[in-house]
Amino acid sequence: MIAVIDYGVGNLFSLASSLRHIGQEVLVTGDPEALRKADRLILPGVGAFGDAAQKLRETGLGEALTNEAKRGKPVLGICLGMQLLLSKSFEFGEHEGLGLIPGEVRALSETVDPALKIPHIGWNPLTLVRPSTLFRDVRDGDSVYFVHSFQGTRCEAYTLALTEYSAPVTAAVGCGNVAGCQFHPEKSGRVGLGILKAFAETEGELC
Amino acid sequence: MIAKRIIPCLDVRDGRVVKGVNFEGLRDVSSPVELGAYYSEAGADELVFYDITASAEGRRLFTDILREVASTIFIPLTVGGGINTLDDFDRVLKCGADKVSVNSGAIRRPELIGEAARRYGSQCVVLSADVKRVNGEYHVFARGGREDTGMEAIGWIVRGVESGAGEIVLNSIDTDGVKQGFDLEMLRDVSERVNVPVIASGGAGCIEDFVTLFKTLPRVDAGLAASIFHFGEVKISDLKQALAGEGIPVRITK
Repeated sequence: MIAVIDYGVGNLFSLASSLRHIGQEVLVTGDPEALRKADRLILPGVGAFGDAAQKLRETGLGEALTNEAKRGKPVLGICLGMQLLLSKSFEFGEHEGLGLIPGEVRALSETVDPALKIPHIGWNPLTLVRPSTLFRDVRDGDSVYFVHSFQGTRCEAYTLALTEYSAPVTAAVGCGNVAGCQFHPEKSGRVGLGILKAFAETEGELC
Repeated sequence: MIAKRIIPCLDVRDGRVVKGVNFEGLRDVSSPVELGAYYSEAGADELVFYDITASAEGRRLFTDILREVASTIFIPLTVGGGINTLDDFDRVLKCGADKVSVNSGAIRRPELIGEAARRYGSQCVVLSADVKRVNGEYHVFARGGREDTGMEAIGWIVRGVESGAGEIVLNSIDTDGVKQGFDLEMLRDVSERVNVPVIASGGAGCIEDFVTLFKTLPRVDAGLAASIFHFGEVKISDLKQALAGEGIPVRITK
């Protein structure tokens, strides 16, 4: 069973639907105890990093997630959920992340061409930079759907895939049993479903 | 490089797709669920659902259908039609919409745009404008293009973006249904004034019209059409191949 962590940020309808579509049993939950019972955990999220990190702390979900990740349970962060896996964020101040993957979240506007529109929204192709079971069915150049204004930085050693938005943008990160996608696999058509399926089926390390 | 998007649009009334469609392999050609899944598989980059229901009963049916569609397609879904309040936003977002499109509701009460953007984020708020030339000026029309508001369109759209609209659907009434190509002049005048994605709507008749659109106006992000896709005059896979062949970045699905 896959637990989708519900901590009050974002709409989990599509994510739960897509997991059910690929034949997975899904529990959308805000109960830290349920995280211990699940086989795999997904941390979704949209919105501001600081608020989300605070909610994870207050609810005890952050601690439960960290404990399960350290015990080797597969964890996938999506969008803001990926950013929360990193060490810290500089979105409106400085905030601590879960620190499961080394890296810092910084504004896209620091690196991309100022003429480009932000948020970075739309379909953009992936460049795979490290082999991973998470992307076992993804080919270089497959497009996925992004909606974000911040990105993971200083996580080069853990970067699984990049995309290009006038400058390289971190598309996915991973470290052992913990991985994260900046894009939305649940909105990325067949390619995205393939990534969720790989996550659901992987025994052991994701990358 | 972000791909240019191709977006089929479905008008739904009382839970059924209004314009007849004729695809081989579809059991029920006016089922939004089947048609949505078909387009999602066929390589559409996003779907737009418009609720053109008049009755409360129809609206309830639309909500049920929307939930069913949203649980079977795995690409972004924009929903519009009859969106007048934040409760309407809430209702369709909970049914699985990713973005909500406002039109007449924002004309009646422009604050709706800012309120929705603050609650759900700009990426969630699409301002759809039906625009027609009147005495050499662009005017915004309300109520599905039937009523001239007298309001100048470019100012309206620019104010909408300043209030928090994260995307613009520009539907030219002058070219809509004519199938002689998109309204390049109107699209240029609008896309030069805003820094959010602009979706071209109204006038697509063939593949070449999309090629011309993206080659002439690199600031336009997407092309939307209904009947040419529904009637199979343009196949999305052929359209994507043609665009790719012209060097236009598109998402090719295998």
